Amino acid sequence: MRDLTVHHGQLRALDRVSLRVFPGEVYAIIGANGAGKSTLLRTIAGLHRPTDGAILYDGKDMTKIRPERRATGGIVMVPEGRRLFGSLTVEENLKIGATYARKGPWTIERVYEIFAWMKDRRTQRTAQLSGGEQQSVAIGRALVANPRVLLLDELSLGLAPVIVQRIYAMLPQILSTGLTVLLVEQDVSQALRVASHIQCLLEGHTTLEGRPSEVTAEQVEAAYFGLSQAAAEGSEALWHGSTPSSRAS
Amino acid sequence: MAWVNAIIQGILTGGLYALFACGLSLMFGVMKVVNLAHGDLAVIGAYVALGVITVTHIPALWSFVIVVPIMAVLGYALQRTLIQAALDRGVLITLLVTFGLSVVIESGLLQFINADSHSLGVGESIITGSFSIGSQIQIPYLLLLIFAVAVVVLLGLQYFLSLSRYGRMIRAVADDQEAAQLSGIDYRHVFGIAAAIAFGTVALAGIAYGMYSQFSPTTGTDTILLFAFAAVVIGGLGSLWGTLLGGIVLGVAQQIGAQINQADQVLAGYIVFLLVLALRPQGLTARRAQS
Repeated sequence: MRDLTVHHGQLRALDRVSLRVFPGEVYAIIGANGAGKSTLLRTIAGLHRPTDGAILYDGKDMTKIRPERRATGGIVMVPEGRRLFGSLTVEENLKIGATYARKGPWTIERVYEIFAWMKDRRTQRTAQLSGGEQQSVAIGRALVANPRVLLLDELSLGLAPVIVQRIYAMLPQILSTGLTVLLVEQDVSQALRVASHIQCLLEGHTTLEGRPSEVTAEQVEAAYFGLSQAAAEGSEALWHGSTPSSRAS
Repeated sequence: MAWVNAIIQGILTGGLYALFACGLSLMFGVMKVVNLAHGDLAVIGAYVALGVITVTHIPALWSFVIVVPIMAVLGYALQRTLIQAALDRGVLITLLVTFGLSVVIESGLLQFINADSHSLGVGESIITGSFSIGSQIQIPYLLLLIFAVAVVVLLGLQYFLSLSRYGRMIRAVADDQEAAQLSGIDYRHVFGIAAAIAFGTVALAGIAYGMYSQFSPTTGTDTILLFAFAAVVIGGLGSLWGTLLGGIVLGVAQQIGAQINQADQVLAGYIVFLLVLALRPQGLTARRAQS
């Protein structure tokens, strides 16, 4: 059983947020700007140190493990803004991703199969690619490491909607290899479409959690913006029914 | 003919300056460390070579076989401890720390060895000779050898950086440390490797200088570091072949200055250095704008 629990408490960014993920599922973290979504992902990747709480992976405490060790252990992030190595070619970027890869189904060849354009342009520097192409390379660079948990931070940032659609259309192929996807997305409708679980953050707190089919648009709206108390009270039963503490007990 | 000779001597001396400069350029390019102790470390390389030659009696030319690995290990160790600790506290701190290191090395050499000048005697061999073209042009074999070594070092570095696995990791880490971490790369280790390579070239620079001229504890800051800086700035920061071009321009400027008036040799080099800084601050080999 694979079990990643994030219990992360930091002064402002995140306040005692818990999350538990299982293989083959897509978890979407939604929320407004500054809700702490990216902080949560970066903390799981090891780029932020939590002030309190713990990150468990396969039952082992990963909280103090360096980011590079988490990556080689199977927790791989596609960072916000893509963060490719601009002076390296497409293929070199993928090779960097594969340098300390775990054993698994993903190879550079396999990435070329799902992104057909990439092979012909593998000798180009990534600085010359379009935003959508760069995002694909960034995903490929993460995949060749053969992650068990793939963290996707704001894939849609700065991309045209049609490109975003195309990238998300790849998700089933990626999931078919049995990994877990944890994504942060500002585009809520996109997140609701692809996710099997959603969790909404507001000012560092979890305000809503559940399956997309279980929550209504009004609840999402209320949780997203932290609107009136009335709206929140109306859905209280459901909320409590799906908080991690009650589920664990 | 005297002018042609000056230019040829200048070009060949440029090889020595490129050797001074490439380690400085590499450390700046990869970890954004301006290593103010660079020249003093070259002098340490020369002293270590002197010690190795005295103890083992191997020819000065072959001392690099022992000195380069010693300096490379020292480079890795210094990077992983002192320089990394400084980097963690900010890029400016590395300036202070390497400046401090420079002072400590220079004072240490004065304290524990002495202020005398030394040189690495090559002995009687073909290398101390020279050949002439026509009546005016005399080319010392040693200078030609140093130039060849510089070209081989730069070629080797380029080959290593563009084709090897570690070279690729060094370039990736230079681009984006955090993204490299997310790909499972320990950038501190990669920094250490880069520093080891830089220190290896520093050792070669020290040995070459020791055979070419005389060195003393203060040579590091008053000659090697300054010339290395000038070559890097003229050639363009972070560009490997730029350091060779910068070294050559510096060397030629100095020789032409000396041709005009012997006392103006060093001054002429710095005038070119200042001109490049004023007119083309990105260096002669401008790098493509980063997106």
